Amino acid sequence: MSAAPIRDVHPRYEVVIGLEVHVHLCTESKLFSPAPVRYGDAPNHDVHPVDLGLPGVLPVLNRRAVELAVRAALATHCTVHPRSVFARKNYFYPDLPKGYQISQYEEPLATGGWLDVELPGGGAEARSARVGLTRIHIEEDAGKSIHDAAIAGREGSHVDLNRAGVPLLEIVSEPDLRSPEEAGAYLRALRQVLRYTGASDADMEKGQLRCDANVSLRPPGSTRLGTRTELKNLNSFRFVEEALRAEIARQSAILDAGGSVQQATMHYDAARGTTRVMRLKENADDYRYFPDPDLIPLELGADAIEAVRRALPELPERRRARFERELGLSAYDARILTESRALADFFEAAVARAGGAAHAKRVANWIARDVLQALGERGVEIDATRLEPAALAALIRLVDAGTATAASARPLVAELIERGGDPAELIRERGLETVSDAAVLERAADAAIAAHPEVAAQVRGGEEKGLNFLMGQVMKQTKGKANPRQVREILARRLRGA
Amino acid sequence: MPFESVVELRAALDAGRTCALELAEAALARAEAARGLGAFLRLRPEGARAEAAESDARRARGERLSPLDGVPLAIKDNLIQEGEPCGCASRILEGFVAPYQGTPVARLLAAGAVILGRTNMDEFAMGSSTENSARGPTRNPWDAERVPGGSSGGSAAAVAVGIVPGALGSDTGGSIRQPASLSGVVGLKPTYGRVSRYGLVAFASSLDQVGPLARSALDCALLLEAIAGHDPADSTSLPDPVPRYRDALSGDVRGLRIGLPREFFEERSAADPAVLACVREALGELERAGAELRAVGLPHAQHAIATYYLIATAEASSNLARYDGVRFGRRAAAASLGEMYRRTRSQGFGPEVKRRILLGTYVLSAGYYDAYYRKAMKIRTLLRRDFEAAFADCDVLASPTSPEVAFRIGEKSKDPLRMYLSDIYTVSANLAGVPAISLPCGFAHALPVGLQLLGRPLDEATLLRAADAYQRRTDWHLRRPGAAP
Repeated sequence: MSAAPIRDVHPRYEVVIGLEVHVHLCTESKLFSPAPVRYGDAPNHDVHPVDLGLPGVLPVLNRRAVELAVRAALATHCTVHPRSVFARKNYFYPDLPKGYQISQYEEPLATGGWLDVELPGGGAEARSARVGLTRIHIEEDAGKSIHDAAIAGREGSHVDLNRAGVPLLEIVSEPDLRSPEEAGAYLRALRQVLRYTGASDADMEKGQLRCDANVSLRPPGSTRLGTRTELKNLNSFRFVEEALRAEIARQSAILDAGGSVQQATMHYDAARGTTRVMRLKENADDYRYFPDPDLIPLELGADAIEAVRRALPELPERRRARFERELGLSAYDARILTESRALADFFEAAVARAGGAAHAKRVANWIARDVLQALGERGVEIDATRLEPAALAALIRLVDAGTATAASARPLVAELIERGGDPAELIRERGLETVSDAAVLERAADAAIAAHPEVAAQVRGGEEKGLNFLMGQVMKQTKGKANPRQVREILARRLRGA
Repeated sequence: MPFESVVELRAALDAGRTCALELAEAALARAEAARGLGAFLRLRPEGARAEAAESDARRARGERLSPLDGVPLAIKDNLIQEGEPCGCASRILEGFVAPYQGTPVARLLAAGAVILGRTNMDEFAMGSSTENSARGPTRNPWDAERVPGGSSGGSAAAVAVGIVPGALGSDTGGSIRQPASLSGVVGLKPTYGRVSRYGLVAFASSLDQVGPLARSALDCALLLEAIAGHDPADSTSLPDPVPRYRDALSGDVRGLRIGLPREFFEERSAADPAVLACVREALGELERAGAELRAVGLPHAQHAIATYYLIATAEASSNLARYDGVRFGRRAAAASLGEMYRRTRSQGFGPEVKRRILLGTYVLSAGYYDAYYRKAMKIRTLLRRDFEAAFADCDVLASPTSPEVAFRIGEKSKDPLRMYLSDIYTVSANLAGVPAISLPCGFAHALPVGLQLLGRPLDEATLLRAADAYQRRTDWHLRRPGAAP
């Protein structure tokens, strides 16, 4: 599907990657039971008889999970089917209480979408590629098996079923990705859309986003797919790219030596940075899928689907374009400010409070420079702080009005993030008002000139640089509070008689 | 007061001739006396007395009481009752005590019924004789050397011998109707979705349905009223309101169009001629009462048994995967996980359950799915259409319930295919999801014969009306087994 130019990471082979991503849908309760979805509770605390697979229990579909799944499907341009069917995937494992997982198989929720992905690197020419989505379906998560006595607190194997029945979305991409970096970029773009739509928090550290990767190599220009291997359970963005690089190296070494790749499920050993065969696919699993007779087919009317589509938020790509077009932001700023929906919402609210589109660039500068730095230092997201859009707008207005200088206002951003408050009041409390008292400023200017006679001489000789230096000295003496325009005027008058 | 009906017991309670506690004690004593029958797997004297005492207290307070209030009833061992063991007559559920309440039992209790105990069954409801019970067979009250039918054989025997006036069973391919027929009682399989399956241990989810066994159509109507209705915990449960079935029992069948599927009555029919003769005589009685008989076709019924055993075993192979020794029930000691699974299931399941799990696993396997499961689902659709067409001209359909009377214990246990043919007249109703009732209609070889009536979806009222009208004109349902063992 990808018609975009392809970057070969490997000179002798073309890399072909497809990803299967599982994300937890952001629901209060599980997919088929009323048990709560929570992270970090004591083992087997968040379970209902349905999650335990007790004799006689039956599943009841969580409609909220369906709505979130439809949102994600529409946001990725998939066709949502008016009828989809839940099927049982049968296999035995201790963390799979019923002996089958309820999933969708022959008739999934949605098929045939795409996601535009900005490709990394490439210097000046930013490139994007359209990655096809094969299908999206809803299924339930399994529990967790714990074999480590250090975690379980006891010897032997233990099962925690808190996660059993948590709603999952499986998103399968076409084999359209051509490098580990593209795979990483696709994952980030997908995470962004899932978060924008509110379908998932997609936090990899909490296991809310997991990734399996299919990878194969072929001679450049070939249209046939090579034999692929599957990398299972890649649980961080870094691991996805590292594991793919390791697997590509392994496969190319085999092909270089004249061998052939065997279809297999691979495990990535992060400590060694290598992949190894977990099991060969020759004895292919037979999951004996069949429609789950405990559930009726999921039917979605065109009206219901359209209602979800209408309620979709503006997605990152469109919002970026609008920020550039309507607010005059650079492509760079627009991308930074649309990184998360919360940040973009904050930006727009602050622009409105600052007086509208004419002030957008200044607000963007303050956010891109001061706010993001302070957030980064604290490792928090904008919506988890006490900084209000109105407060940032007020701070910017106070600086524009000359009530405080940019230099003295800047440290207040961190303070507003941590404690909130009214910028005007903070400026007053801290005594950060701009010093405009001519007598005070003249004294400071004279002191600076006296302390640096040689610089003063240069300025008299017409050198602009020296003037800035002397201004810096005055600002230093006044702790950044001096009105810069006034200081400049005083210095100019003193040195040039102008 | 054995052999009194639900209605009679309720009248005695209302008249102050007895109290619920006395009824419970008497039923417990009868159950003890009939231990040799093997109808019950577990009696709950404490629980039954407590429930009876509550019923008496409600009555003393002058509360409005449902027709079942204070009446002792029995439930099949595959129905969940909170705080009670639920074993499905299987070794694999040894030690399992239900930590939640099932809907059918919750509704019986809400109606004030007293639950006397849990009845014997074929393991996981797989069988037609109640011989496939890990706890030994139930005997037929009419002849202790014979089976009571199955899989709800314990419920049928407990009602037939007069321990309780009514009981719940479950019917996947005939498991209420066939034992009702062989034991000489009434058994009703409701429309699929009419009674919640939440709390019924699944055998084949798309076919299973809970229903009542009793000695009269009226008592069945009262039991069904109590347990039927929508349940949000069961996605396949139907939302339609539940009628007062007892109000439909007018005794009038004039103009009722009864269809006789040619496939079930033709010369080379599988049925014992003596059984067919009883059924024809019963239909004659209904005709004399004003019903019209007419021949109809169910062309795909000839494939019903094959279709049923593909779908039922496929679903069962998946439904029974949860008995793995990990969370509840029996767990065999073993060195490895795989060995634990193997030993737990090898030791825990009986031969018929294993046979069906193997068959069902095969049916769903890659490469066979299309040839078996998918084709069976297609035939199921065709059969459902057969019924729709038949019900365009008829109000009910009639057939024998079972091709023969109760057979001897051990007679068919070595020949599973012969055993499967016991269900030849009953499985179609499960495949099509329609309601069906079996009622006593005479004796052949001195053993009870059952007439089966099948109805339109959600038209249990017409089935009960026809059965009741027949019972007003006959006394087969009042005959009692001579010698209780």
